[in-house]
Amino acid sequence: MERRSLTATILVHAAALILAAVILAPVVWLFIMSISSTTDLITKPLRWWPETIDLSRYGVLLSSVANSAGEAFVASLFNSLKVAGMATAAALVVAIPSAWAVSRTPSVGWSLYAVIATYMLPPVALAVPLYMALSALGLLNNVFGLALVYLTILAPFTTWLMKSGFDSIPREIESAATVDGARLDQILRLITLPLAAPVMATAALFAFLLAWDEFFYALLFTSDQRAKTLTVAIADLAGGRVSDYGLIATAGVLAALPPLIIGLFMQRALISGLTNGGVKG
Amino acid sequence: MTSNWITTRAWLLMLPLLIVMIAIIGWPLVDTVRLSFTDAKLVGTAGSFVGLDNYVKMLSGSNFQRTLVTTTLFAVLSVAAEMVIGVLAALLLNQQFYGRSVLRALMILPWALPTVVNATLWRLIYNPEYGALNAALTQIGLLDTYRSWLGEPGTALTALIVADCWKNFPLVALIALAALQAVPRDITAASMVDGAGAWARFRFVIMPYLAGPLMVALVLRTIEAFKVFDLIWVMTRGGPANSTRTLSILVYQEAFSFQRAGSGASLALIVTLLITILAVAYAALIRKSAGAS
Amino acid sequence: MLKSIQTALLGATLLGAALASPAHAETKINALFMAQAAYSEADVRAMTEAFTKANPDVTVNLEFVPYEGLHDKTVLAQGSGGGYDVVLFDVIWPAEYATNKVLLDVSDKITGDMKTGVLPGAWTTVEYQGKRYGMPWILDTKYLFYNKEILEKAGIKTPPKTWAELAEQAKIIKDKGLLATPIAWSWSQAEAAICDYATLVSAYGGSFIKDGKPVFQSGGGLDALNYMVDSYKSGLTNPNSKEFLEEDVRRVFQNGEAAFALNWTYMYNMANDPKDSKVAGKAGVVPAPGIDGKSTVSAVNGSMGLGITSTSKHPDEAWKYIAFMTSQQTQNQYAKLSLPIWTSSYADPAVSKGQEELIAAAKQSLAVMYPRPTTPKYQELSTALQQAVQESLLGQAKPEDALKTAAANSGL
Repeated sequence: MERRSLTATILVHAAALILAAVILAPVVWLFIMSISSTTDLITKPLRWWPETIDLSRYGVLLSSVANSAGEAFVASLFNSLKVAGMATAAALVVAIPSAWAVSRTPSVGWSLYAVIATYMLPPVALAVPLYMALSALGLLNNVFGLALVYLTILAPFTTWLMKSGFDSIPREIESAATVDGARLDQILRLITLPLAAPVMATAALFAFLLAWDEFFYALLFTSDQRAKTLTVAIADLAGGRVSDYGLIATAGVLAALPPLIIGLFMQRALISGLTNGGVKG
Repeated sequence: MTSNWITTRAWLLMLPLLIVMIAIIGWPLVDTVRLSFTDAKLVGTAGSFVGLDNYVKMLSGSNFQRTLVTTTLFAVLSVAAEMVIGVLAALLLNQQFYGRSVLRALMILPWALPTVVNATLWRLIYNPEYGALNAALTQIGLLDTYRSWLGEPGTALTALIVADCWKNFPLVALIALAALQAVPRDITAASMVDGAGAWARFRFVIMPYLAGPLMVALVLRTIEAFKVFDLIWVMTRGGPANSTRTLSILVYQEAFSFQRAGSGASLALIVTLLITILAVAYAALIRKSAGAS
Repeated sequence: MLKSIQTALLGATLLGAALASPAHAETKINALFMAQAAYSEADVRAMTEAFTKANPDVTVNLEFVPYEGLHDKTVLAQGSGGGYDVVLFDVIWPAEYATNKVLLDVSDKITGDMKTGVLPGAWTTVEYQGKRYGMPWILDTKYLFYNKEILEKAGIKTPPKTWAELAEQAKIIKDKGLLATPIAWSWSQAEAAICDYATLVSAYGGSFIKDGKPVFQSGGGLDALNYMVDSYKSGLTNPNSKEFLEEDVRRVFQNGEAAFALNWTYMYNMANDPKDSKVAGKAGVVPAPGIDGKSTVSAVNGSMGLGITSTSKHPDEAWKYIAFMTSQQTQNQYAKLSLPIWTSSYADPAVSKGQEELIAAAKQSLAVMYPRPTTPKYQELSTALQQAVQESLLGQAKPEDALKTAAANSGL
């Protein structure tokens, strides 16, 4: 490390403080709103820390009383979990064999680019026929239907990530095993997949986060508690349904918790996944 | 094993993916093309062939042109801001300072926050009566009276760009930081000895390492910004006076609110075509810069 | 594997239970509501609970969306076989819903008691081309709310009777330094803005459509928009009104930051509730004012009805539920946030107790409720008008030009 002048050191620390404030302030404010009473939130001048800490909204949203606002919110939480979980699992199932095939057989690589290119498609270009098809199949307002639709986003993405993961596993390991007489499924099961486990985990996390974040299809294709996801539930709350800003903030905090936890703890895996994919594309 | 068999095996392994992709992307896309030449309604009438009527109507309408400008402005400005701030943040995070590892870890927070939550959060911050932005700016004396951030065409789009930028610049920063860490230390040291200024060092020594990863981030972010829906839907729904209505919102309105599946489909395809042109242009650019270096 | 065995067992048990006691065969219906103005979410849940208690064989799943999502959700759910059975709909939608066969025609389900007992004006909420597509449920219009304390401090004896007076009184309040911007409206780019606009159109004796063609671009329609723009530009109107919905107006009014506000029935009792409001006991209500020589009061028909979707598999249970929700007993019990549709309720002291002021205003306003246009293309017309209102307020276009553009883009 080069030696820095004192001024440079001070400047760097000041800039770091500003960056930290920019990153943290909105998130912290979201949390403070969720524990402030409504009176504190509409006082002028605004109070930046509540007079009394009010945790009641967490109770309201997480209650399981039948036919309550809390029940509806919890239902959407579970719907999000189900849809994101199923879509992630399905995406991995279709992505792993094809990613491996493309990685080991460059001659079919062009098909992968065709798959990745679908990422460019705006969801609005598919929404109308998908709506009509789900309607015909009776899969509107259904977690399975929504999970299926989410594959449009997750499958190309996970295939892309997995392919760059397989690329980093030397082929020689596999060919050595072939020489020893192992069958393809044995090679994949015993050698390649265990080596690719970290990449698979990263791809799964990404896929889960993408599905958790999705809003447009969920808005169109779900109508009530049976399939409505968290993002739609929050948009409903924020869209003028309630004027209790604290309740909206609480819903936001609860919806953000799973991805934030994943983000903070799995940081290294996520970033390496991103940059690997990014560099090798 | 013959190479024929290897190719066949590859196709067999790809079959599940290809079937899924054709079923949920390929077929819907083709059907959207078919719909775009009809006057179909969303529910009920299948519609009849109307030729290019939908395209003519959509392209000539003032709504489309205005929305295209809004979308382009949003995409260009927010992506540019994210790139510049992201790289600056990465350069900072590559310096030595107390709490560096904590700050690096915190950078993931905005990115991990779901888009809808981010939009909701900023909507609350921009609230004209009780929002934190008005309160903060007034309390430190930068503002005399509360302003309607999302209610004025001038500030609404900027407010949206800020919200989008806050969520996405950390991602650019993290990608750039990973690239910076790959720059060999002796190269920077050597350039210092040679007496290269800070800018020259950044431009000729560091930039080549950043260019590749940043280019990918640039392409992805631009495409996403062009497709933006949820952020705007939650924060302004396209208001005030349609000054923040983007192409995706316009398609939603046409196809779902007004239930005109036919013209909605034509509009969606026009948007798709625009994004494709953009992506192809980027790809050409990447190839050119890769060839040059 | 274990899971699937469990599921199978559970299924078998349930099936057995169902076979064993057919009396408990449950019907599930799904109902779509909004929670924004009128009955609160808690009220709707309580009413529904009373219904399921009385009808243990029916369960009702409730879904609440913001008003802004109500139309699209209803329309989009049409494609799903198991969508909603009961939907709340606004007075402006029966034309479109009837044309696109979204709602069942329930004309023959309506009993003689309903026909004679419900206010005649309320029926217009659910009618299109002589058929009825549901029961009216929320009988609502926009009233002028005022802060009694602020008016008193300003030395104003009676709340305004004309729109010109409203401006004069607001000016007095502003000049005395009591409030910088005394009037709050809901002028966000949304249907709420059209409701405020329609109230003014009715005051100026204007109309939206004549012989199927838009006529709002001149006469009363133009006068109404000019009034809004003048009020905005003069600084008498809270400039943030241009991004307010009804709930924002209520917040500002309840916080004592507006002397006047145009809003629905529900604000009266909420603003007078000391638990949530700083102006409890000081919120007054009168009919929205009139225009000298043209009208004495003005009002927009903001009523809403409950209907059965054409895709419902349980139309009978759905109707039972609607009949319960709209019954005089239920409505009288929950008359604080929304007034009953039943004529005789207004003579019932239990209904008017504690809200005599509101009932007095309602008697005048409900009699003159002005309809927004009845057309299957209402959504497009409204979208175009919202843009015109906002562009005029923001000074991007002159009101007459903005309305001309809206007329051209209205799809009519």
